[in-house]
Amino acid sequence: MLIRRAFDICVKKQHVFKSVVSSPHSTLSPLNLEGGGGAILKSLSTNVYENLAVEDWIHDNIDLQGKNILFLWRNSSAVVIGRHQNPWQECNLKLMREHGIQLARRRSGGGTVYHDMGNINMTFFTNKKKYDRMKNLNMITKSLNKLRPQMDVRPTERLDLLLNGHFKVSGTAAKLGRTNAYHHCTLLCNSDRALLSSVLKSPCQGLKSNATPSVPSPVKNLLEEDPTLDCGIIMDSIVTEYTKQYGLDHHIILIEPKDEATLPGISKMTQDLQTWEWVFGKTPKFSVSTSFKLGYKLSSAMVTLNIAVKNGTIDSCNIKLPQHWLPSEMCEHLASHLIGNKFCPSETTRLTSALLRTCPQSEELHHKWNILCENVASVM
Amino acid sequence: MAAVTVLRCSGRFMGRLICAPQYRSCTRGRFIRSDYILNKPSLKIGQQRRFFRNTPVAAGQVLQFKLSDIGEGITEVTVKEWYVKEGDTVSQFDSICEVQSDKASVTITSRYDGVISKLYYNVDDTAIVGKPLVDIETEAVKVGALEEDVLEAPAVSHDEHTHQEIKGQKTMATPAVRRLAMENNIKLSEVVGTGRDGRILKEDILNYLSKQTGAILPLSPTPEIVPPPPQARTTPPQPKDKSLPVTKPAVTKPVFTGKDRTEPLKGFHKAMVKTMSAALKIPHFGYCDEIDLTQLAQLREELKSMAESRGVRLSYMPFFIKAASLGLLHYPILNASLDDSCQNITYKASHNIGLAMDTQQGLIVPNVRNVQMLSIFDIAAELNRLQTLGATGQLGTNELTGGTFTISNIGSIGGTYAKPVILPPEVAIGALGKIQALPRFNAKGEVVKAHIMNVSWSADHRIIDGATMCRFSNLWKSYLENPASMLMDLK
Repeated sequence: MLIRRAFDICVKKQHVFKSVVSSPHSTLSPLNLEGGGGAILKSLSTNVYENLAVEDWIHDNIDLQGKNILFLWRNSSAVVIGRHQNPWQECNLKLMREHGIQLARRRSGGGTVYHDMGNINMTFFTNKKKYDRMKNLNMITKSLNKLRPQMDVRPTERLDLLLNGHFKVSGTAAKLGRTNAYHHCTLLCNSDRALLSSVLKSPCQGLKSNATPSVPSPVKNLLEEDPTLDCGIIMDSIVTEYTKQYGLDHHIILIEPKDEATLPGISKMTQDLQTWEWVFGKTPKFSVSTSFKLGYKLSSAMVTLNIAVKNGTIDSCNIKLPQHWLPSEMCEHLASHLIGNKFCPSETTRLTSALLRTCPQSEELHHKWNILCENVASVM
Repeated sequence: MAAVTVLRCSGRFMGRLICAPQYRSCTRGRFIRSDYILNKPSLKIGQQRRFFRNTPVAAGQVLQFKLSDIGEGITEVTVKEWYVKEGDTVSQFDSICEVQSDKASVTITSRYDGVISKLYYNVDDTAIVGKPLVDIETEAVKVGALEEDVLEAPAVSHDEHTHQEIKGQKTMATPAVRRLAMENNIKLSEVVGTGRDGRILKEDILNYLSKQTGAILPLSPTPEIVPPPPQARTTPPQPKDKSLPVTKPAVTKPVFTGKDRTEPLKGFHKAMVKTMSAALKIPHFGYCDEIDLTQLAQLREELKSMAESRGVRLSYMPFFIKAASLGLLHYPILNASLDDSCQNITYKASHNIGLAMDTQQGLIVPNVRNVQMLSIFDIAAELNRLQTLGATGQLGTNELTGGTFTISNIGSIGGTYAKPVILPPEVAIGALGKIQALPRFNAKGEVVKAHIMNVSWSADHRIIDGATMCRFSNLWKSYLENPASMLMDLK
């Protein structure tokens, strides 16, 4: 009682929520609720960066002592990698660029997942003391059991949810801070499975890294098991179970992640999540060793490439190519210029095209250089 | 039970605070200690009175900060990233490192203010819960903070940490802030906290004081930011501040604390240095002119909807590019290349007209290949394609190499006249200014509204002379001022 009152008096929070006490369904109402303490939030946005920023905002700004918050969100096509993962190792970046699928790095640990509108994301915010992932997963399975008693969905030790004991329908990840913690998980309702499996397969050869690897599993959509379900029905059922468990009102607060007045500081958080430095630059150091065959007219050559990448930029680069095919000075020239460059195909192409302008003007050399550079860029 | 302990001890602590001056002189000698291990709460409480001092003590204390319990019975974690290194100064609640355990990423924050003196693990090592994670060297006076942290450990709830119970409200402030408030006889309940969760910060106390006395107290240079010589954090000079004359006018010169930042030149910028240095060797001459695009503007309006029905966005660029190509047919020397030794000119057969584009990454120059074979619609479609690829970072070597002539539409951002630099191995480049509505005289001598654009050409004077550039420009201009004439020469 005393503790809760203390937080009611927090001047900063009052200031934050002053502008917001209008319509209870459209904005974030003050979270100092009478009785119980908690809320159910749902995002109005399908932008993965905005939604991840809302998670960060709640984690950093809301005092969760005695409170439980559930946040529901869905995104348009995106791949989300864990905090310490390597995107080159986890997904097919080229395919994603072609399809316009975004890449995001979340702040929680765990593996890589594919999001689209057929996937529900749920985040359970609690105080660090009340952090209990199995409890949340049990609550989800309980709600699904009530909805469709004949459907067999159960949590595993690895905190996945399995359908019929075999197909993964949900993966889990968590983040713990000084006082707050959150556990979030996915739920495959009606995702594009074909795209999911092709996008989560990396074409990168010869990649050595200590980054957290993902554990691939066969997946299935809940709708494939029972076509009468949809995302809305499933979300409602989970909300109902959550309100029962924590004694809350069945009242969903809609969050607009673009609203700086409701969530001060959120635009910067959203921006931070989109920077190259965060998405790619936070990759733990790794190396790529590969070789490929280059052909031009009737001549061909084997190239070996060794690149070490730190913070997403090339730390060292070694290109070995037979002298007859391309002068070694040109190779060294390329290798030395690549150092310090981002491990990114468009940046590399921009660099190599610019370098070509000052290379000797021979059509054959130009063609060979282009072929070499294209192949080097394709590794990234 | 832990809560009761905290209240009781803080009460005692308060008692000690009030009696402080008595201890200053007598307990100095007994103060030096080393290797302060945390797990003895009773010892802390009993010795509280030793640690309250106003004057700094010479020896810093090295404290082992142990990896605290993460929950769910986890005993080991992997260290994934360090946010600090040995020698860094940290404040309480600063992030120290990121560890991972079983899909959970945990941010470990510092419990103390001080200087990191030792990191026990490297990245990717396994850290054990309960064992030391870092050593923090902290100043003696700050040790007051420790005791409350130790008391906090059993309760593990931050709201019980350093609270001051006044009028039934809890105010949060670090011990350093509390001492500052106490020294200035300020009640924390009267200060508005602007820190997280309403926490009272040092700045809040100073603001409160300045409002009271009308003096601006210079803020101590924040030791958290300035990299220290490896010693304990310097005491904030609050005792000295108290002696400031209260009646000074409240005007202080703003102090600029920005620092120069040097970074090595990397990647594309290094390549640009090479390219531009090579360009410098080319003797440039410039030639500028003014084009009346009134008729072209009208034509474009008429054709825009037709292009859109075919799914292509039509700008002015396709017209400029096609007109340039038609001009190059008459003046092929502008589409040539001089070899490095300046012995031979190569007249390029294809008109691969480059278009300088400004993207998120910076300057990029994709080219439209074989413009001599393309219609205006084809050029527009190709430009759309290049723009899309440029926006998504997918431009490849085919699009970025092999250019023979370049046009830069800097006017789309702004500007009238420019002095573009030729991109080797080319010999000419044009920069287009913005299109402005300006008054001009027509053939009848009347003032009419005209759409005027400026063009600035640069060419390699080793092989191109002014007359050639001028004639090319006039031809290009005539095609654009009278678009119907383009029809006559279109191939």
